[in-house]
Order: sequence, then C-alpha cells, then structure tokens
Amino acid sequence: MAPTTNTLDRTNYLNATKGFMSWFWTIDHKRLGLMYLWSVITCFILGGFFAMKIRLSLMPGAVDFATQTAEQMNAYNNAFTVHGAVMIFLVIIPSIPAALGNFVVPMMLGAKDVAFPRLNRFSYHLWLIGALLFVATLIIGNLDTGWTFYPPYSTGHTDPSVITAVLAAFILGFSSIFTGLNFIVTIHKMRPPEMTWFKMPLFLWAIYATAVIQVLATPVIGISLLLILVEKTMQIGIFTPELGGDPVFFQHLFWFYSHPAVYIMVLPGMGIMSELFATFSRKPIFGYRSIAMSSIAIAIFSFIVWGHHMFISGQSQLMSVIFSALTFSVAVPSAIKVFNWISTMYKGSISFTTPMLYGMSIIWLFGIGGLTGLFLATLGTDIVFHDTYFIVAHFHYVMVGSALFGFIGGIHYWWPKMYGKVVDGPLAKLGCLLSFVGFNMTFLPQFVGGSKGMPRRYAAYGSEQGFDDWNYWSTMGAMVLCAGLFIALFALLRSFFVKGTLAPANPWGGVTLEWQSPSPPPEHNFEIAPPVVGDPYDMSLVEYVSEEEGFLPVNPRSDDPCVADVKPEEA
Amino acid sequence: MSDHSHDSEEHIGHILPLSLLLKVFGGLVCLTILTVMTGKADLHGADLAVAMVIATCKASLVCFFFMHLKYDRPFHGMIFLFSVMFVGLFLAFVTLDSEAYQDDIREKLSNDILQISE
Amino acid sequence: MSAHDNHPEGVAHHFESASQQFDSGKLGIWTFLLTEVLFFSALFVAYTMYRNNYPEVFQFASQYLDTNLGALNTLVLLLSSFTIAWGVRNAMLGETKKLTINLIITLVCAAGFMMIKAEEYGHKFHEGTLWGGHEHSIFKLDANDVDPHMAEHSLAFNNPDGEFTAAVKDLDPEFRQKLGIFFGIYFCLTGLHGIHVLIGMILLSWLLIRNLRGEFGPKNFAAVDFIALYWHLVDLIWIFLFPLLYLIS
Repeated sequence: MAPTTNTLDRTNYLNATKGFMSWFWTIDHKRLGLMYLWSVITCFILGGFFAMKIRLSLMPGAVDFATQTAEQMNAYNNAFTVHGAVMIFLVIIPSIPAALGNFVVPMMLGAKDVAFPRLNRFSYHLWLIGALLFVATLIIGNLDTGWTFYPPYSTGHTDPSVITAVLAAFILGFSSIFTGLNFIVTIHKMRPPEMTWFKMPLFLWAIYATAVIQVLATPVIGISLLLILVEKTMQIGIFTPELGGDPVFFQHLFWFYSHPAVYIMVLPGMGIMSELFATFSRKPIFGYRSIAMSSIAIAIFSFIVWGHHMFISGQSQLMSVIFSALTFSVAVPSAIKVFNWISTMYKGSISFTTPMLYGMSIIWLFGIGGLTGLFLATLGTDIVFHDTYFIVAHFHYVMVGSALFGFIGGIHYWWPKMYGKVVDGPLAKLGCLLSFVGFNMTFLPQFVGGSKGMPRRYAAYGSEQGFDDWNYWSTMGAMVLCAGLFIALFALLRSFFVKGTLAPANPWGGVTLEWQSPSPPPEHNFEIAPPVVGDPYDMSLVEYVSEEEGFLPVNPRSDDPCVADVKPEEA
Repeated sequence: MSDHSHDSEEHIGHILPLSLLLKVFGGLVCLTILTVMTGKADLHGADLAVAMVIATCKASLVCFFFMHLKYDRPFHGMIFLFSVMFVGLFLAFVTLDSEAYQDDIREKLSNDILQISE
Repeated sequence: MSAHDNHPEGVAHHFESASQQFDSGKLGIWTFLLTEVLFFSALFVAYTMYRNNYPEVFQFASQYLDTNLGALNTLVLLLSSFTIAWGVRNAMLGETKKLTINLIITLVCAAGFMMIKAEEYGHKFHEGTLWGGHEHSIFKLDANDVDPHMAEHSLAFNNPDGEFTAAVKDLDPEFRQKLGIFFGIYFCLTGLHGIHVLIGMILLSWLLIRNLRGEFGPKNFAAVDFIALYWHLVDLIWIFLFPLLYLIS
C-alpha cells in the first residue's frame, strides 16, 4: 500500500477539539449532524422497541380476543401511540434532513458551514428539549390518542399527557422549521458561483424541496397543536361540537401539515437515491432536470392533496372528489423518479455495495408503497380499505421502505466521510438483506389481511376471524427485520474498532464536492474551496487509483494539498 | 459568491428618505380613518369587500415602503406573495368543504332535536 | 488557515463577504416571515370558515367589540411601524441618538397597544363575552347554565338599556353558542397577535441595549433591519385583524 498522510493523527473535525462542551455547544454543522444522527438512532431503537411490543402482542394467542382486559387494550393503545409518535416526530422527520442533511449539504456546496450556524445549534437544542419532553410524556403518561391528536377525543377527558405531548411536538416543529429555513438560505446564498441551480447535486434539490415544505407546512401544525392546547386547557370551543365547534376543521389543519410531512420524510430519501444510483452505476443520472423538477412538483402537489386522509371523516363529497383527483397527480412525479433511477442503472457498470443494495431495495419497496397508494387515492376502494391494515402496510412501505431505507443507505454512503471508515463488508450486506426480507415479510401479509378487512388499532383478533396467519407471519417478519437492523447497526459500530488507515477521500467515486475533502474532513470542510468543474454526475471527472484504494479527480489542481498529499512519490 | 455577487459592499440596504416615510405614515392614518368610516356606514353587502380592499392597500404601503420591498430583491416579495397565496389556497379548500357539509350537520342536528322532542 | 488572512472584518468565517452575509440574513428573515404568515393562517381560516357559515352571528358579535379602541390601537401600531422604519434609516445613517429615541417610541407604542388590549380584555371578562367553554361566559347553549352572578350584572346578557341589538338571554340557543365560537376565535387571534407584540417588545429592548452600547452603524445595522421587518409583519396582521373583527356591520 502506498504511504498516505490520511491517517488517524491528521487533525479533523472529530479530534480537533475535545470534551463534552466542544460537542454540545458546537456550531460545526458536521458535529451537529452527527449528534442528530445518534439522537435519531437512539429514538429509532426506542420506537422499534414499541413496534416489537405491538407485534408480539398481536401474535396469535398472545392476547385472547374474548377475554382481553381493559388494561391490555390500554397498553396496546399506548404502545402504538408511542411507536407512531416517536417514529414520525423524532425519527423520520429529522432523520435525513437534520442528520445527513446537516452533514452533507454545506459540503456538497463546497461551503464552510450552513448559513446560520448558531440557528443550527439552536435547532438541535430545541429538538433535544422537545424530544426529551416527548419521550418522557409518552413513557410516563398514558397517551393513547395516536399520533394524530384528533379532537374531541384528545381534548375531552383523556389523559392530561396530551398537553405536554402537544407542547413537545410544537417545540419539535420549530426545530424543523429552523432547519428548513437554514437549508433554504444555505442553498440560495452559499452556492459557489460556478454551481448554477442545474449543476446542483440532486440531493440538494431534494433537501431544498423538503425545506420549502418544512417552512410552509410546519407552522400550520404548530398553530393546530397550540389550538389543541387551549382547547384542552381552556375549552375554547373551536374544535368541540358541544360548544358549537367543528372537529373536522382540526383534521383539515392537521393534514394540511401532515400530508406534506409525508414528503418531508420521503423526498430526502429520494435525493439520496439519486446520488446512489449515479455513483454506483458509474453513469450520469438519467433525466437530471426531470428528477430535480419532480422534487419541486412533489413539494407543490403535496399541499393540495391533504383531504385524502379525510374521505370518511365527514368531509363533503365535493371535496373528496377534488382531493381524490388531485392525489393521483402525485403519482406522476414519483413515477418519473423511479423510472429515471431504473434508466440510470440501464447499461451502467453497477457495483453492489451496501448503499446501492439499500438503494435497490427502495425501488421495490417504494414501488409497492407508491402503487398501493393509488388504491387509497381512489374514493371507492379507500372506503373499503380505510382503517384496515392495508393502510398500515401502505404507509410503512412508503415511510420505512423509502425514507428509512434511504436514511440507512445514506448512512452507509457517507459513513466514510463521517468517520473515515468504509462499512461494506458481508456483515453490512447481510444486515441489508435481512432487513429487506424481514420488512416484506412483515408488511406484505398486512396488505392481504387488510384487504380481507382486518381493522387497525385493535389489541387482539379472534381466531375465527381468520387473520391469525397474517398476524403470525407479520410478527415473524418483524423479528427478522429487527435482527437485520441490529446487524446493520453492529456492522457500523464495529468499524470504530477496526484499526488501520482511514478511508480515502473518495471511496465510492462520487463526483459531488463533499468527496473532494479528506475523510473525515477538517474543521472547515475544505483546506481550499473545491473547484466546481462541471456536471455533478459526470463520472469521467474522477478515476480509480488503486494505490489510494479510492477515486481521485482526473485533473487535480496542483495547489490542492489534499491531492498533493495523497500522490507522494509517483509525481 | 451568491447569485448577485456584483453588489458592492457599500450598498447593502436602501435608505429611505424621511419625507417618504412620513407620507406613507400619513397615508396609512388616512386609510385607517377611511376604513372606520366605511365600516360604520351601510354599504349594502359590499362592506367586507371594501374593508379588505382598504386593508390590502394599507398592507401594500407597509410592504412596499416600510418593509423596503419596492427596493429589495424581487425574490423576497415573491416569497411573501407566495405565502399569502398559500393561505388563500388553504382558506379556499377548507371553506369550500365546510360550506358543503354544513347541510349534513344541520340535518343531523334537526334530527337530534326531533328525537329528543318525540 | 491561509484562506482566513484576508477575511473581511465583521463577517462570519463561513461567509465570503459582508453582502453575502447580509443577503443571507435578509433571505432568512423573509423566509421566517413566510412561516409567520402560515402560522397565523390557521386562525384566519377558522375565521373565514365560521364567518362564511354563520355571517349573522359574526355581524351580531361585532357590536360587543369597541371600534374606537380598536381604531386607536391600529393607529398606535402604525405609529410604531413608522418609528421603527425611521429607526432603520437612522441605523443605516449611523444616527445613534435618533435611533435610540425611535426605539423608545416604538417600545412605548407597543406597551400602549398591550395596555389598550388589556383594557379591552378586562371589559370582555367583566361582561362575560367570552368563549363558550369559559365558566363566566354568557354564551351557553342553555341560558340557565350561565353563571348567576354574570347573568345578573352582564349588560350584554340582559341588555337593560337596549344598547345592543338584542339581549343574549333571548337569543336562539344555537345562535348563542356560535357567538361563543366568535369570541373563541377573537381571543385566539388577538391573543396570538399579542404574544407576537410581546416577543417584539423583547427584541426591541434587546436592540435598544445594543444600540446604547453603540453597536449599530452604517456597516452593522442588519439586526435593526430584520427585527423591524418582523415588527412590520405584526403590524400587517393587525391591519387585517382590525376590519375583520371590529368592523363587521
């Protein structure tokens, strides 16, 4: 192996300063990104624990339908509320934008930091306060409203923990708004002059579209939750039928945010996909502009389809028809993306690395999740499927299958940049494979059960109802999924203990700017602002150098110390 | 570095003449008096429209001059307009819906009252 | 880091120039104002929806609001908007003393606004013209549910001198209930706006302290400019609230 200066003792953002406060009070976007990452993973394990609790209690024979007690039912309601609320508010929403986005966005722009580093730190601290309050509420209190907080149930005589839960979600919302605001300004103002909008990596387009949704939609959930708060504490009456209020109005407010929130979850995952498919197919992404524009189109469409969550909750037929028609339109930009990814792989030189395996899983998972969405957009079929496990399976395919698999794929993809270790061994691949198989095993049976009429939010089912097989396979699948995810996590953690040199600057051969910085990057990301040579997916700009075990720019600038360092004797 | 890097550093921000600020303030006060007057008069159903037109005029004065939008990057104005458009969309959809299901609520209420009286 | 040697003064390390820094801040604050508009939007939607469904209720309810106090408050806020706009001019020109005076006037106006608001709220609580869920509200579905003490002394409830169109106790129960909704919306809208005024007062005080320390000048006025923008938005929202709540005839 050629001697390389890229070793552990080189000063980088991880070892530049030490101590708790150097992390907790940092304004470095990379450290904040990592803190988000580990916080999110912690919450994910918590949410996953409750998922397993749900699945195990639904295992045929665990809870008897005929003799189930109120306590068992309450425990079940509490478990699915905690699972849903933690996974949505604390895991998926901050996962890619706040954790990976924070780490990657400024580097992709060749910038030293996000536009407002202090606001970024404030976002994280807000998130932390919100998360602690939320988790404490969920675990100490007996919240059983589901993550949707529908009145009049939530504002009536339910557990007072609704108050703190709503407050925590409000705080988390503001954290999300500030993150989005920061990214909008960063992408607008910190781009190098040579990087025009259509030379931006697609991950940035996706993050930008996400950020637009975050700043537009999240304030609405903020005010809706505040209204729930005043409704609960002061009986203000706007949502309470006994006082002349309208509970359907809350659902409008709620879904005006929460439907676009689905795209806050899935768009960044799609952005990661675009990066993965181009890099690992060694081909320029197919249909760059249409992918970029479809992100924006999804962001805009996401605001005019919220009523499809309310088809049977008292919404007027007129609006149901309008919303149904508009909902179909979302399928177009989503399909454009999927076809473009597949076309990118066509005749590409595909390397089956771990991130790519996650990427390819998503095509399958998002395909199923997206296409079953069309059943639910259709008014007639939705009335049948509403509140059955069909819905549960559908949104898990979209949220877990696309957002979470994208997140995990992204972690593997940028792990070398974060920690200077490449995680691409058989163990990591096994983790991916088991997760993929386990996921399908968990949720495909739910489609079948749901279409046979198995209702959701029930603590137990009688065996004469004929859902036992589906529940059995679903629980088995959940165990496989759980095992797969733990193996993936283990493979990542194990890399910390592997001795030796750090990963090369560009192990995968990505052309976007973050790969021009050493792994892990120095404190200010780049020793010298990297030149924007051309297209972010022009694979001819980098070439594999075997001594380096990674890729290097084809025409390195002689004054770039990073490049000068790693090409020692040959020059 | 930004998309408008030609801006020289001395010219960040636009200084408004005091006379203009005073004129705008005067205009706002006049419009307030006008809206109170029209609010008290009977305009045969056009009250809301008139009040909103006046309020929009006042808002435009504040936006264009006090908030410097007239001299600022058009993009900032677009952001603001965009937010107002979104509120409009939100408003239109919800109002359309609630108007359409009011009859159902009334029907339900009258049925309830009938049942109680029986 | 050789790249930092010629870094402009007063510009954060990750920005290249003062104009990039200022532009970023400006875009940031405008994006924040966008979120503020959407934050208020839900209440405006609530208002429009209920007004569209119950126009007569809103027309009736408006008579309990004091138009004169509302108009006075509008003028007070407009004046504060004017002084803060002037303050931005002062900051850009480096007129520190004038900026201090303008900030103080703005703060006094904000405090005055809140005091007038408190006066109005006090009157509402005295009269019982509150949202239906409040224990002292006179807008109960069943007129017998009204707190006896309120029923006795509330002018709106009995309307002894015929000041209002009708006594609340004689109204149709559903109509009375919807009046409670109007006041629910009224208190939410004005309350949320009031919270924004209070936040604005904190920010203005912060500006005042910084200005007294002599931190603002022609090259460093971004904070004044941005907080002024926020303050104008608070004013803008009131410009719409005033006719929507007080001037329904």
